[in-house]
Formats: sequence, C-alpha cells, structure tokens
Amino acid sequence: MYTTELSRNTAPSVVCDDAERLAAFEARVAADEFIEPKDWMPDAYRKTLVRQISQHAHSEIVGMLPEGNWIGRAPSLRRKAILLAKVQDEAGHGLYLYCAAETLGTSRDEMTAALLAGKAKYSTIFNYPTLTWADIGTIGWLVDGAAIMNQVPLQRTSYGPYARAMVRICKEESFHQRQGYEAVMALCAGTPEQKAMAQDALNRWWWPSLMMFGPPDDASPNTEQSMRWRIKRDTNDALRQKFVDVTVPQAEAIGLTIPDPALRWNEDKDGYDFGQPDWDEFWAVVKGDGPVAADRMAARNKAWDDGAWVRDAAIAHAEKRALKRAA
Amino acid sequence: MATDDLRPARMVQAMRLGDDSLILGQRLSAWCGHAPTLEIDLALANIALDLVGQATLLLGYAGELEGAGRNADRLAFHRDVRDFRNCLLVEQPNGDFARTIARQFLFSAWQLPLFQALARSPDPRMAEIAAKAVKEVGYHVEFAGDWVVRLGDGTEDSRRRMAEGLAWCWRTTGELFAADGMQRTLATAGEAPDPAPIRAAWDARVDAVLSDAGLDRPAGTDAVRGGRDGLHGEHLGHLLAEMQVLPRTHPDATW
Repeated sequence: MYTTELSRNTAPSVVCDDAERLAAFEARVAADEFIEPKDWMPDAYRKTLVRQISQHAHSEIVGMLPEGNWIGRAPSLRRKAILLAKVQDEAGHGLYLYCAAETLGTSRDEMTAALLAGKAKYSTIFNYPTLTWADIGTIGWLVDGAAIMNQVPLQRTSYGPYARAMVRICKEESFHQRQGYEAVMALCAGTPEQKAMAQDALNRWWWPSLMMFGPPDDASPNTEQSMRWRIKRDTNDALRQKFVDVTVPQAEAIGLTIPDPALRWNEDKDGYDFGQPDWDEFWAVVKGDGPVAADRMAARNKAWDDGAWVRDAAIAHAEKRALKRAA
Repeated sequence: MATDDLRPARMVQAMRLGDDSLILGQRLSAWCGHAPTLEIDLALANIALDLVGQATLLLGYAGELEGAGRNADRLAFHRDVRDFRNCLLVEQPNGDFARTIARQFLFSAWQLPLFQALARSPDPRMAEIAAKAVKEVGYHVEFAGDWVVRLGDGTEDSRRRMAEGLAWCWRTTGELFAADGMQRTLATAGEAPDPAPIRAAWDARVDAVLSDAGLDRPAGTDAVRGGRDGLHGEHLGHLLAEMQVLPRTHPDATW
C-alpha cells in the first residue's frame, strides 16, 4: 500500500550550524548515493522521513481493515486464499517499514501511539468503505496500482533503508495488483450483475485512487525540498498523470468506463487530459473526516486495547523465563 | 476390500477433514486486523491460509470421490448446516485470544498425528494431501502451544483466561477420537489410523504443554459431540450465512 506526504505545513527551513556538513550531504544526495542510518543528515530530512515512512507503515496496517472486511465473504476458496495472502503481505510490509523508520531513531511504540491517538496520518484511501466484493478486486487493481506507481521510483529514494524496503515491497505488491485486476476481469466476463458490480466499484474508487498521489503540485509545499533531497523522485501530478495513462486502457480492455466526462486523449502531450478530484473532499479526509475514518480508528484502538493483556502476558512470561535461566 | 468399496468411506473422511480446515480457516480469518500485535495478525492469517489450502484439496478430493460433479467450491458454498461434517471444536466462536489459542492448540495437536498417519495411507491422493498438510500443522501446533505456555505462565489474568479457554473447548474434544463405520472401514483397510494411538499422541502433547504452562487438564466433560453427523451448535449457521452469501445470491456466477 502507500502513503503520500500529507503535511500541509511548509517544509521547515533548514537550520544548520554546519554548512560544510550540509553541503557534503547535499552533494552525496545529488550524486545518487544512499544515506545510511549512521550518516549525518539534516534534522528536517530525518523528520520528513520519519513522518513519511511511518505514514506509509500505518497505511499498510489500517489498509488490512477494508480488505479484511471481505475475507469471510470471499466468493470462492481461491479468492479467499488470495485475499488472505494479500493481507498477510500487508502486515509484513508494515513490519519492514516500521523497522526502516526505527533506523531514524524513533520506535514502533511511539509510532503506534501516534497512530492510535489520531496524530499520525495514513493513506486517505482506507477511509472509504468496501461495500461489495467488486471493491476488493478494484482495490487490488487501482489502489495497489497507484501504490506501485508511487513506490517504484522510491526504490531509488535517497535513504537506503527506505529504498531497500521498497524493493522488497514492490515485488510483492505488483503480484497482488495483477491478481486484483484479474478478479475484476472475472466480474466483467461474468453475469450482468457481476459486470454492474465492477462498474459501480470503479465509479466509487476512481477519484479516491487519484487522490492517493497527494495534492496538486502547486498545493504541495514539501515537494520541492523532498525532491531536492531525493526523498521523492517525481511530483504528485507527474505520477497521477502516469497512473491515468496506464489505467485507462486497462479499464477499456475489460469494457469498463472511467467516471470522468473530461477524460480524453491528448495527442500533443501523448497522454490523457482528465478532470480534477474533489480536493475539498481530499482535505476533509486528510483531516480525519473520511466516510469510515472513525470506524478504522475505533477498530485499531479496540484491537490494541483488547490485546493489552496478551502483550502483558508475553512480557511477564519472558521475564519469568529469563529469571529461571539466570538462576 | 476393493478400492471401489472404500470409495464412500474415503469420501466421508475427505469431507470431514476438509470441513474441519474450512471452518477453522473461516474463524481465524475474522481476526484479520484485530489481533493483539502485528506479528500475531500475521501468524493467524498465515494459519488461516494454510487451512483454506487444505480445505481446497480435501473438498476437491471429496467431490471427485462423490462423482456427482461437485467441486470444492460447490461443497463449501452450497451445503447447509446439516450437511457439514466438521468437528464441533473448530466451529467454536473466536472468543478472546486465549479461547482462539485453546481451540487452535487442541485441534492442531490432533490434526498433526492424524495427518502423519494419513501421509502413509495406501490411498495415494489422501497420502499426498496429508504429507503437504503435516508441514503446515507442525507449525500451527508449535505456535499455539507456545502461546498456551505464554498465557498460562504469564500474568494472573492471562492464566485465568487460558484456563477458561481450554475448559470451553475441552467439552468437544472427545468427538475427535470417536470411531464409527467410516473410521472402522478405513482402519480395517489400513487407510486410516486407529483412534487409540492418535489419542495417545494427542494426550502426550497436551500434557507436556499444559505442564510447561503450569495448567491442569480441564476437569469437565469432553463428551459433547454431533458435528460428524451434521448435528452442530447454533454458531455454524451464522458462519455459513456469512461465508456463503455471494455464491448463494449469484448461483450462476463464477468468480
């Protein structure tokens, strides 16, 4: 899954006593060298990365809920197995990413606490509900598709641990994306009710998927700094354009219509012109007003609270056994 | 006995074991995103996936043996409560984490010696399926057994919950070792193990883990049964209603 950088604040200006170290850092980044955990880095770079990687990790975890909602109702054993494998991978991606963020000096406990308190963001897409089975295939196709579009360039992001996590995640993610598209293909080749279910899902998920790339470039204050430091390799709008260009033919190939009256091929730019998502809705969802945002947070908090006695037991047991071994 | 005469008994066995794995896989799936830690979320989804895989193979084989054109999906999604043959243990609701672990441990500790024996069955398909499942079940019983010990020998609260979870599940464990016509037919033909050695292996594992956890064997009955004859508790109907809703609503669809 995926997150974009969602802070609306302007990037903190770089305050640095050591201009020489900063210059050396920027030269390394400009030369496409990887920055590693023990290397010196500007505070703002560290903070931006902690925010971005932890948001990305949280997105994997919260992202288990909309799909998990349909495991019990998956309509065939094969689809059930595929979905189980997918949510399992998402938990694993969350673990990689928490580990990558921890190399920057934060801890998983801190990051989890921030998520549960509603202080940390996660991808806006997971605050939309999964209403039909078609939503599951559509999420695999569009949402994982958008995630891959964003993550492939992040395999060359300047922070080594993040880039390496992305290499592993992209391999698994693209597999699930193909399976998602294949599930939608099956619906489109099925009964009229199945086909209608697929179109309805595309209608509901298209715009939220375009929003996954983040606000337009002129409303994305962090982009310039993030690109200079090669945390980001492409702008939000460039990635969004690429996603539309790749996805429209996929929809046409299976007889689905993109719900955008402004969509048309533009010969001159060799890409599609398309309408804008509702950015007011986007910012409302970022702020936590998404349709099922409260349900997602309630579910995460309940899992955490209900599981406290289990975690306490595991710690108490480990301590007892350690004492026994020491005796 | 000729293989053809064994066919009905083989079918019943494959269906029972397939239903066990299917229903428990379904139960575990409901934990997705709600577990006490991310690692446990992963582990439970992993076990659920193994079980759904077993169910696919076992029910597919049951359908072939039946010879009525029903494949694994047909059997999973178009039978009602009275036709399900899973043991009562696997259909027990998840409850808290301790009850889920108790159910998993008691079941996997039975499934392991059973599949080890079936892996040597002269029925090549069953032997193949069991041999694959043995590797998975070995992991399941280890995971669940470790948690029985952690919770039993953790805090006061976890110990109480673990004891309660075991007591809840214990009532249905006798059913696992009951012999009936199908079982005797296959045992006589050397295709299925006798219940006694499976019971002995189960007892040994359960006793060892309970002792490590500092827990007693539950004192109550273990004699509640009926699942193998389609006589289930009230929970299974709800589970099936959820699991089967799409194939029932769209009977002509393929997915």
